[in-house]
Amino acid sequence: MADQTLDAKGLNCPLPILKTKKMIKGMSSGQVLEVLATDPGSVADMAAFCNQTGNQLMGQSNEGDVYKFEIKVS
Amino acid sequence: MLDAGENTKRMSIIVTKGTLDWAYPPFILGTTAAAMDVEVTMFFTFYGLQLLKKDLDLKISTLGNPGMQMPMAGMHMSMPNIVSAIPGVDRMATTMMKNLIKKKGVASIPELREAAVDLDIKMIACQMTLDLFEMDQKDLIEDIEIGGAATYMEEALKSDINLYI
Repeated sequence: MADQTLDAKGLNCPLPILKTKKMIKGMSSGQVLEVLATDPGSVADMAAFCNQTGNQLMGQSNEGDVYKFEIKVS
Repeated sequence: MLDAGENTKRMSIIVTKGTLDWAYPPFILGTTAAAMDVEVTMFFTFYGLQLLKKDLDLKISTLGNPGMQMPMAGMHMSMPNIVSAIPGVDRMATTMMKNLIKKKGVASIPELREAAVDLDIKMIACQMTLDLFEMDQKDLIEDIEIGGAATYMEEALKSDINLYI
């Protein structure tokens, strides 16, 4: 279960990433952030973001047009 | 902000353009890099200085921009140079762009600039440009520094990525 959820639906690049960063800043290590987005570009971007920042992308799925990311804060 | 350790990646961007469309690349790349723990410096010079004004009134110029094709009524409308001479065309293109930006969930420039401040991006306004165009620092946002080419070079020499936009 996610500790917090970020609804980034309807937002375009780079807002999902910027908002994810802002949320993570306020969370502690080990907590899980769930991000919901509709930007298809966020699939590649969220992976790159996590790869670079050391936060762990635990899972990614989509239901319809909504992409769901689960990120474990480093 | 970041613990500026030896492994910290750095990026610098020289921002030279002051139109609504050209304001996007530097602010998008700058804020995204900062969100990815890159230490970012943006040096605003010449027309780029417009992007630091407290009151942003950015416009689009259709002149010399054959790549601009605005979606309109299911088609794409080009802007031949001769059209840009017609009074009101740039204003219309600006309004169209602002509407598209809202409709597509794209961040506004004030929003991205605020994010740049939040993410501790170092924004430097070019002193020479202030003098040249008789601009007043009072008209610029407060979260900036003033500097010149040497100030930029000091940052650029430490950077992994240097962009000129």
